[in-house]
Amino acid sequence: MTKILKYLKSLTLNEIRKGLFLTQKYFFKRKFTVRYPEEKTPKSPRFRGLHALRRYPNGEERCIACKLCEAVCPAAAITIDSDVREDGSRRTTKYEIDLFKCIYCGFCEESCPVDSIVETDIHEYHFESKGKNVMTKEQLLAIGDMYEEQIAGARQQDAKYR
Amino acid sequence: MIETLNFLIFDNLIYILAIVLGVILTVAYLTYFERKVIAFMHVRMGPNRVGPRGLLQPFADVLKLLTKEIIFPKNANKFLFLIAPIITLATAFAAWAVVPFQDGWVLADINAGLVYVLAMTSLGVYGVIIAGWASNSKYALLGALRSAAQIVSYEIAMGFALVGVLVAAGTLNLSDIVRAQEGGLINWYVWPLLPLFVIYYISGVAETNRAPFDVAEGESEIVAGFHVEYSGAAFALFFLGEYANMIIISALTAIMFLGGWYSPFTGDSWIAQPSIFWFLGKTSIFLYAFFWFRASLPRYRYDQIMRLGWKVFIPITIVWIMVVAVMKVYHIGPWWN
Repeated sequence: MTKILKYLKSLTLNEIRKGLFLTQKYFFKRKFTVRYPEEKTPKSPRFRGLHALRRYPNGEERCIACKLCEAVCPAAAITIDSDVREDGSRRTTKYEIDLFKCIYCGFCEESCPVDSIVETDIHEYHFESKGKNVMTKEQLLAIGDMYEEQIAGARQQDAKYR
Repeated sequence: MIETLNFLIFDNLIYILAIVLGVILTVAYLTYFERKVIAFMHVRMGPNRVGPRGLLQPFADVLKLLTKEIIFPKNANKFLFLIAPIITLATAFAAWAVVPFQDGWVLADINAGLVYVLAMTSLGVYGVIIAGWASNSKYALLGALRSAAQIVSYEIAMGFALVGVLVAAGTLNLSDIVRAQEGGLINWYVWPLLPLFVIYYISGVAETNRAPFDVAEGESEIVAGFHVEYSGAAFALFFLGEYANMIIISALTAIMFLGGWYSPFTGDSWIAQPSIFWFLGKTSIFLYAFFWFRASLPRYRYDQIMRLGWKVFIPITIVWIMVVAVMKVYHIGPWWN
């Protein structure tokens, strides 16, 4: 008897009908796809994107060329040269990050004693020719100047958990 | 004499052009429709970038395909390699000659229409076999072998299902088959021939190598089957042929089992009038089912496909042909008075 029932079930395509009705139900469900360039999902203040070098409010660059970031970088993406500036302070003459090597781990930011090197929340960027993947000191400082408000805001939000 | 010649050449040329253009446009939007339907069943959005709501997507796809290079594999037979997609496409389009869109709207009103359609859809398998062999690639050959075996197996069940229709209608002319189903929902052949209807449609899905019977493509095992080596316009022809075959299977199901251009309602109101829109609507339902299956069902294993074709479908169709014959002879049911 159960065997006959089984045959009857398979002949009436019972399970296939069940499956089809399930997919049909999903057809009418609300879609929650984010239409990316127009819609964006919120980002955490800890988001680690493109790097930047910050300045103090008086315009002096923060970096003191301690080279801790260069030492801690697991991908060896950071290259630093330093020299004594005219006023006698120790400054970098070259500060480069190879973004192809970088793994965006955030160790450079953690190691920095003066909060100079940071990672912003910029994640939409590209390079149009060979060699552009190496960010120079000037570029990094420019990014820092442009996004200081966002960088400071994100640090402020996250400060109480550090 | 001149006038008949004029009629034969120019009028028919216009009809042919209308049908071919119609089919090509339908195929273009069918790809869009397929992607949308499957996306919706996956709770996604589907194409929505090109044009409003992604409506220009098919044109972008066609342009992309046509501007691409046709690559000939090393040691491939160039002549056969190029003739294969043409065979697939030509047979898929040729079958449209006998499809009645509405009462009298048929290019060639021949009295062996059913046989002609069966012949054309079977000839399409040559395109697949030749493509697989001429590609000089093991995946293509394997895909072609699978596809050929599958199409040949399901051809039998399909043929038997059509014999049922033939017995019921007593004619091979597609227009006459539709006319025999006049008089509302109850007179359609889907009721007396229900098992044959289901088997015909499922065999049709298997014939066109669509999911869940798409082992011939089997992208997880043999990459893409018989058309791995094809690119550019040659691939576009295969694509066009496959979708044209899907439309023709859907259209034939509508004609033979759902009363073609007739309305399901009876009476004198506008909704009960027979028209081409009924035919197109019924065809669309089956086209939708093609995509519905693809979104719902996993691929059959090869031996399961063969078992279904030979050990399930063929016996059922044979039994049901006899049932139909008995019903026809003794006038059982409201269909044969």
